Amino acid sequence: MTRSTTAGSPPPSRRRTGSTTVVRALVRGGPLLPAAILLAVFLIVPILWAFVGSFTNATLTGVTATSPEWVGGANYERLFADPDFSLSLWLTVVFTVASAVIGQNVLGFAIAFAMTRAHRRMAAIGGGVIVLAWVLPEIVAAFVAYAFFSRDGTLNQLLGVVGLAGDNWLFIAPMATIILANVWRGTAFSMLIYRAALAEVPPELIEAAEIDGANAWQRLMRVTLPVLRGTIATTLMLITLQTLSVFTLIYVMTAGGPGNASSTLPVFAYQEAFRFGSVAYGTAIATVMLIIGAVFSLGYIAVLRRAEADR
Amino acid sequence: MSAATPVTAARLSAASPARGASRMWASVSLAVVAIAFLVPLAWLLLAAFDPSATYQTRIPSSLTLDNFAAVLTPQTTFIPIMNSVALAGLTATLTVLASLLAAYPLSRYRSRFHRGFLYAVLFGTCLPITAIMVPVYSVFVFLGLLDSFFGTVLFLTASSLPMAIFMTKNFMDAVPVSLEEAAWIDGASAMKALRTVVVPLMRPGIAVVFVFVFLQAWGNFFVPFVLLFSPEKQPAATSIYTFFGQFGSIAYGQLAAFSILYSLPVIVLYVLASRLIGGSFALAGSVKG
Repeated sequence: MTRSTTAGSPPPSRRRTGSTTVVRALVRGGPLLPAAILLAVFLIVPILWAFVGSFTNATLTGVTATSPEWVGGANYERLFADPDFSLSLWLTVVFTVASAVIGQNVLGFAIAFAMTRAHRRMAAIGGGVIVLAWVLPEIVAAFVAYAFFSRDGTLNQLLGVVGLAGDNWLFIAPMATIILANVWRGTAFSMLIYRAALAEVPPELIEAAEIDGANAWQRLMRVTLPVLRGTIATTLMLITLQTLSVFTLIYVMTAGGPGNASSTLPVFAYQEAFRFGSVAYGTAIATVMLIIGAVFSLGYIAVLRRAEADR
Repeated sequence: MSAATPVTAARLSAASPARGASRMWASVSLAVVAIAFLVPLAWLLLAAFDPSATYQTRIPSSLTLDNFAAVLTPQTTFIPIMNSVALAGLTATLTVLASLLAAYPLSRYRSRFHRGFLYAVLFGTCLPITAIMVPVYSVFVFLGLLDSFFGTVLFLTASSLPMAIFMTKNFMDAVPVSLEEAAWIDGASAMKALRTVVVPLMRPGIAVVFVFVFLQAWGNFFVPFVLLFSPEKQPAATSIYTFFGQFGSIAYGQLAAFSILYSLPVIVLYVLASRLIGGSFALAGSVKG
């Protein structure tokens, strides 16, 4: 609209087509409005708010809760000098790499691969059991994992059976427990995607390799995996993003403790904002998370676009 | 087993025993993994029926329904579950309506704006929602929506919209345009064509989107945990947490019983949805886009 009014004096006929195009675009795009408004108010505004709010001294209670002041980059100065933040960043990387990139991804692929070869019934039962942990509400999964690792929980019972001494795993090895719990809970997602993708690998390719004398391992490494490259890339991006934002599992199992020993970024941001009342500081942490998330999202979209172009 | 195919025996004779062995290994390793995944859940099931449950997994000395009876009160179960039904149901309904509307132009008209919108939506599907909960809290304070049930519904709707729009568009792309052209020739508007031609043809897809959003809203803990305070507004996800905090050291059996009651609907819905779309693998495929 602005373009047609500021474009000097275009020929009348062009102006008319210009404005009808705008009208047509509005009529056609109209149905987008409800979704666009909801997305703008509840997703885009909070994201912008995160950037702006991280430069203030907003708190949960008190005077600065209602009328925060501009403090410039103070929150970020504090953030980059805060050893708790660097620890939290490191723990997030460890958690994501160990539980998603290695755990869920490799285990999910291995299970999906085994399902293509196993007896049909066994494949169905195994898949169902693994999906069960994924379908459960996250808080229930967190309670179950807590019970499993707690001092008198199932893990120590099992260790007792083979004559090993148990311990308070949630306290002495908090990262290991939340990583294992996240593998247990999240493997189904990559398994389901890989199962669907493996079914689409052309059998002729595998047979051709077989006739050429490739053994099972070579067929997997040289045929199946290269064919699934795109799927693997998108799955990795998606489970990385999902794992970056895991909150409930960690909060219920260890609450980020003991101390800060398992405080990944989402838990750290929550604690700073709502337990210690420093909303602005929590917002600065949220901004860092958003930037990390945005980088991975852009990577994901780039991979998808390339796959689309290849098609 | 291999004797059943004598004709191709010449080619398979070498491969067949190896294949049988690999089939057995695959089955055995799957069984081992499945058992490992089941072990933590055994506690939930056994403790719920155990009159003196602890964190230990053990066969109850006597089976009881007392744990269920104890939690089946308005305070503990009925009100939170009704809140969850309302929260997830409203969220899923609004999300499906908004994404049907949004998917129509995205699926039917090609323009640069739509393409940009679609990439923005795709970008939105990836954003870590937990990352924005602190700023969302601030925005809710500003809008006066804190502790508002409907405000929480609107936020859940917005956060599930990107994925829902994407899925709905994919389902809509599968409905041929030629069918609507007939309706257009009869003088129907785009919206009428959507309502009378497209929507009826993509009912299974709509059901899948609905169930998918419902499951996410039903299981979401963090959003109501941050945005809702009043006990009478709490959905099951957050009420169970309070319950656990208050009685955590005593009522393991009740905790397990309530967890089962709260989980059953999503398990049933998941099974129904995956039947609808021809197996859970197809469901994951449609989510992936």
